[in-house]
Amino acid sequence: MVQLLTPTGERRDDPEYSPRVAHLDAEALRGLYRDMVLVRRFDGEATSLQRQGELGLWAQCLGQEAAQVGSGRALAPHDYAFPSYREHGVAHTRGVDLADLLRLFRGIDHGGWDPRAHGFHPYTLVVGAHTLHATGYAMGVQRDGLVGTGDPARDTAVIAYFGDGATSQGDVNESFVYAAVNNAPLVLFCQNNQWAISVPPSRQSRVPLVRRGDGFGIPSVRVDGNDVLASYAVTAMALERARSGGGPTFIEAFTYRIGAHTTSDDPTRYRSAAEDEYWRQRDPIERLRLLLVAEGELPETFVAALEVEATALAERIRAFVHGLPRPATSEMFEHVYATPHAIVDSERAWFAQYEASFLDTAAADGRSHA
Amino acid sequence: MTGIERMTFARAINCGLRRTLETDPKVLLMGEDIGTLGGVFRVTDGLQKDFGADRVVDTPLAESGIVGTAIGLALRGYRPVLEIQFDGFIFPAFNQITTQLAKMSYRTRGRLNLPVVIRVPYGGGIGAVEHHSESPEVLFAHTAGLRVVSPASPADAFVMIQQAVASPDPVLFFEPKGRYWDKADVDLSITVTAADGVVSTSGPVVAMDRARIARQGKDLTIAAYGATVSTALKVAEAAAAEGVSVEVVDLRSISPLDAETLVTSVRKTGRCVVVHEAPVFYGTGGEIAALVSEACFFQLEAPVLRVGGFHTPYPVNKLEREYLPSLDRVLDAVTRAMAY
Repeated sequence: MVQLLTPTGERRDDPEYSPRVAHLDAEALRGLYRDMVLVRRFDGEATSLQRQGELGLWAQCLGQEAAQVGSGRALAPHDYAFPSYREHGVAHTRGVDLADLLRLFRGIDHGGWDPRAHGFHPYTLVVGAHTLHATGYAMGVQRDGLVGTGDPARDTAVIAYFGDGATSQGDVNESFVYAAVNNAPLVLFCQNNQWAISVPPSRQSRVPLVRRGDGFGIPSVRVDGNDVLASYAVTAMALERARSGGGPTFIEAFTYRIGAHTTSDDPTRYRSAAEDEYWRQRDPIERLRLLLVAEGELPETFVAALEVEATALAERIRAFVHGLPRPATSEMFEHVYATPHAIVDSERAWFAQYEASFLDTAAADGRSHA
Repeated sequence: MTGIERMTFARAINCGLRRTLETDPKVLLMGEDIGTLGGVFRVTDGLQKDFGADRVVDTPLAESGIVGTAIGLALRGYRPVLEIQFDGFIFPAFNQITTQLAKMSYRTRGRLNLPVVIRVPYGGGIGAVEHHSESPEVLFAHTAGLRVVSPASPADAFVMIQQAVASPDPVLFFEPKGRYWDKADVDLSITVTAADGVVSTSGPVVAMDRARIARQGKDLTIAAYGATVSTALKVAEAAAAEGVSVEVVDLRSISPLDAETLVTSVRKTGRCVVVHEAPVFYGTGGEIAALVSEACFFQLEAPVLRVGGFHTPYPVNKLEREYLPSLDRVLDAVTRAMAY
C-alpha cells in the first residue's frame, strides 16, 4: 500500500511516488489542509441540517477527505470526473460551490450544478452505473485526439469514483472490460471505505479489491486513502498514464467511512466502537496537521483565518439552504425531453388547467412560498 | 445514392445509416458483430469497411456496456447508434436505458442531452429459438425520457433511422425483423440532418412522432405498427371483399402516440381494432383503447378490440403462428367490431 505520510504525520519515502509530491511546497500543503478542513465543516453542517429537517437525506464523506481532495487536486481543469454520491471533497476541488450539492438532498433538484462548467458530472445514485459513462466519455476523448499529443493543455483524462460495494456491480466490471480493450484514458478510483452500508468487503470479494484489476489487464495500485499526499501521488501518476496513451489504471484507496452510510443509517447495528476508534486514530486531516506543525509551517494566523473561513462557510450553507425555494409545480414537466413530446405536453396543459381551477388554493399556495 | 430504388427493409436501414455516417462525423455505430460480420442480419453490412473500425465498432459482448459507454460518448458530443442483437438481449442494458439514458436530460434540467439511438430487431415469425422473437417496446414506452418508434416499410425505415439519429433525445428504434426481407421502393433522395439541435430534411417527410394513414377507409380503423401494418393492410383487402371499408393507421411512434391522427380516424369510422405482436395485457392496445374511448366516446359504434400476443412467454416457434396476430385473428376482430 502506497503511503507517503504516516498517521502520526511523518513523511515516508517512496522511490516511485515521492517525486510526484516533491513540488508541493508548504503553501500547497496548507492548501490541501484547508480543502479538507472546509469539506469536513461543510459535511458536518449538512449533517446538522438533515437532523433539523432541512435536508431529506445526507451522505457524509467524513473520514474520506484525503482520498477525495488528494485525487481531485491531481486533476487538470479540462479533465472530467464522474462521482458517485459521496464525493463532496472532489466537488470542492472541481470548483463546485458546496452549497449547490444540497439542492439534491433538499429535494429541489436532481443535480444542482453545470457539469460541463466544472468537469464534474452529476451524482449517480444507481451504484456503479456511471463508471460506464466515464469509460465512454474517455473513449470520446480518444476519438477527439486528445490523448498522447504531448501537450499538457490538450491531453485529457477521465476519472470515475466508486466504492467497494460497487466493485460487485456488473456495470463496474463491464467498465473495466471496455476501458481495458479500448485502452481508454480512464482512472478507476475506488474508495474502499470498508462498508457498503452494512456489508464489509469480505462479502464482495475473495481477494483484495486491488487485485480485481489484474484479470482485466489493468495496472492497479492500493493507496492509503487517508493520506492526502499518497492519494494525490498515485492519482497524478494514473492520470499521466491515461493522458499519455498508457490506458486505464485502477486505484483502491483504502479508507474508512467514519459516518453512517447516510443519515438514515445506523452503523452501531453492524460495526464496533473499537473499529471506529481505530480509524479515528488514522484521521486524514490530523496527520497532515501534524506534518505541518512538525515542519513549522502551520502558523497560528493561518489556523485562525481558516477557522473563520470554515465558520463563515457553515453559516453561508445554512442560510443558503433556508433560502432555497420550492420549484414551481410546472417545472415537473420540463426537460423530460429535449424537444416537444405530445404526451408530456398534453399532461402539462391538463395539469395547468386543473391547478387553475382551484384559484383560491393557488393564491394561498403562492403566498406561502413567496 | 439518389432517386428511387427497390430494396429490402434491411438494406433501407443500411442506406439510412450510411447516410448519417456520411453527413455527420459524430455518428458512431456500436454493437456486437456489426463490423466485420455486418451484423447477424447484415443490416450494417459494408459500413465498417467504408467508415473504419473507430466509427463502426465491434463492442465487447456486454449490452449494458454498449449503452453505458454510448451515454459517455454522447456526453462527449458523439451520436452513438447502437445495435442490440436481438430483442430478448436488451435486458442486461435495461438499467442503463431506463435509469440513466432516459433521465439525463431531466436530472440536469436540460444541460445534458443524450442523442443515442438503440436499434432493436424485434418481433417473431422467423422460427427462432427463445429470446429471439419478443416485442418489449412498451417497457420502454412506459419510461419517460425515451422515444420509441417502429417503421413498417423500407421507405419509412430509411427516413426514420435518419430522423432517430437526428433527434436530440434517446430513441428506441424497433425494427420488425420479420420484415427485413420485404422489398419496396425507397426514395434515397431524402436526407435528414441535425445541426445545433435543428433537424432539417431535404424532402417532404412525416415527422418521426406522427402516424401515417397507410390506407383510407370509412367503417373501421385498424391501428398497427411495425410488422403488423402489412398484416393490417392484407386484412383491409380481405375485409373490402366482404364490403367492409378499413382504414389502416400506421402509428410509427409508440412514444409519443399520435393521438390526433388516431382520434381523427376513429371519429370518422366509429370502430377501432389495435394490432401488435406484443402481449395484449398492459400493452399499446390498452393505452389506445383508453385514449379512444375518452376522445371518441360519442362516435364509437363498438368497443375498441385488441389483437396481439398472449400473456405467456413467447412460445416455441412451432406455435408462434397461433401466438402472433394472424390475418385470420385480426379479421375475426374486425367482424366482431362490425357486429355491434
